[in-house]
Amino acid sequence: MTNSAFLRLAYNTRAAARGHEELDPLEFDDLVREKAKLVEMDPAFLERSVNDGFSGGEKKRNEILQMAILEPKLAILDETDSGLDIDALRVVAGGVNALSGPDNAIVMVTHYQRLLDYIVPDYVHVMADGRILKTGDRSLALELESRGYDWVTGPAGARRAA
Amino acid sequence: MSAVLQQLVSQPYQHGFVTDIEAETAPRGLSEDVIRLISSKKQEPDWLLEFRLQAYRHWLTLRAPQWQNVSHPPIDFQDIIYYSAPKPKKQLASMDEVDPELLRTFEKLGVPMSERAALAGVAVDVIFDSVSVATTYKKKLADVGIVFCSISEAVREHPELVRRYLGSVVPSGDNYYAALNSAVFTDGSFVYIPKGVKCPMDLSTYFRINTQDSGQFERTLIIADDDATVSYLEGCTAPRFDTNQLHAAVVELVALERADIKYSTVQNWYAGDENGVGGIYNFVTKRGLCQGANSRISWTQVETGSAITWKYPSCVLQGEGSSGEFYSVALTNHHQQADTGTKMIHIGRNTRSKIVSKGISAGQSSNSYRGQVKIGPRATGARNFSQCDSMLIGDRCSASTFPYITVQNTASTVEHEATTSKIGEEQLFYFAQRGIDAEQAVSMIINGFCRDVFIHLPMEFAVEATKLLGLKLEGSVG
Repeated sequence: MTNSAFLRLAYNTRAAARGHEELDPLEFDDLVREKAKLVEMDPAFLERSVNDGFSGGEKKRNEILQMAILEPKLAILDETDSGLDIDALRVVAGGVNALSGPDNAIVMVTHYQRLLDYIVPDYVHVMADGRILKTGDRSLALELESRGYDWVTGPAGARRAA
Repeated sequence: MSAVLQQLVSQPYQHGFVTDIEAETAPRGLSEDVIRLISSKKQEPDWLLEFRLQAYRHWLTLRAPQWQNVSHPPIDFQDIIYYSAPKPKKQLASMDEVDPELLRTFEKLGVPMSERAALAGVAVDVIFDSVSVATTYKKKLADVGIVFCSISEAVREHPELVRRYLGSVVPSGDNYYAALNSAVFTDGSFVYIPKGVKCPMDLSTYFRINTQDSGQFERTLIIADDDATVSYLEGCTAPRFDTNQLHAAVVELVALERADIKYSTVQNWYAGDENGVGGIYNFVTKRGLCQGANSRISWTQVETGSAITWKYPSCVLQGEGSSGEFYSVALTNHHQQADTGTKMIHIGRNTRSKIVSKGISAGQSSNSYRGQVKIGPRATGARNFSQCDSMLIGDRCSASTFPYITVQNTASTVEHEATTSKIGEEQLFYFAQRGIDAEQAVSMIINGFCRDVFIHLPMEFAVEATKLLGLKLEGSVG
């Protein structure tokens, strides 16, 4: 199944659920090409089968594209930065930035501060054992980068994390 | 999720109804007398009766094949009715005279006839049980010299062609079921495309098994003369019955110099219920001979019905530079069994063949691909590419691949690729995450899986096939 057919079905399912108008293939093609620019995706990519032979970076970009098209109210991006080279990271981050706004929420899960050079979060939470232990803003992430997690979680938390 | 998936693949057979028409039937069982009866009912010439009797005598010496990966109780050939025809009325001059009951049946099946055929651009040679009832578009085809009629009619009108080619590709003693068919075949289609003629429309035939317990033994013969081109469509449905019905057809294709034959099938016969009770035994011999240089034969099949499917549409590549193609989707669900594939026999130099087979098994079904690629000693420069993909839905079905490759020429190339995949909960979750429900997800995955085959189907078949697969899988994914 081609990527664009998959996206169109998903888009129309969602449009129907929200009472919006569904798009025919031509209208959708315009939309998807527009959105593909956001993640610097070659349109040829849309005619490939979904996730078939995609590299790690391509999968991630594809997911951001899906997010751009489906416009979810809440998106959870779990380790979106893992396995990405610098350029791909920049593209993915650019996409996330363009998509975040006052009407939606994005929860990003990451182990590294690197991603936050590109995406400036409103809040940073440190989570361990299913509980949020500390909440701050971007400076918290920078502090974690230099000091590690031990000072937040304590020695017990560090052991569990290991 | 599993329960939802299971539910998705099971939808009652839509065409399960029996038409109430008085049939003229032969007594149960098979003997030389029954064969003589069939032959005389059809007012056949002596040579054809002789062909039948020879086949029958040979059949008596054969045993039913055991090598296929299917199981069924032994078939009692003496418990089958070999001839049954709607009672003949007077010769029909127009569609208005066709039994209204018959017309309603076609209506339910959506067979395009007369005006509907005109709109669809399809000429239909309708087979109802064993006698051809109406042949549309014959005149238009006749204008360019194309013969498209029932094989009984061809025996009367074009005996020289039938006599020359009948049994030339599938000899009467070729295999158990082919021999049986040669002995008792009742009707089928005949096509002859003269030299240099490109058939202006897709030719189509619909088969329907009607009288309970009547085995159907169609015989189809298609000949494309030098530089001729034809595309032939075959589609089938059958009413719902509890006892198994045997169907043993033979299809022969002959392609002469530079001729091109495309044969497409959508098979949706009654497959039995979800407990494996009833359903058609579909034991078919289909073979094409690329006799002329640079000729081409292409088989495309979508097999979704029948309790048991046993068929291997094959190409004998005799002419230099000739090519054979086989594109197949076989879907089995519940207790269906399919053992299907192809044979590509390379005899001539620089012959080419391509095999693309997609097997989908769901429920507790068993789906086997069996294919033979043979490169003969004189087939220098021959090439074959085979791709066999299997998809499993659920954890109670099975998929097998049996490729047989024989190469007797060192200057040839054979490639074989195979994959197995499974529609898992993870994939369906991926769809669900993006708002697509399981039913649509399965249908999309299947259609994506089958795309390489569907693109070779004529337009209306492609649409039908896509719907059919969705229908067949409703309620069964898990």
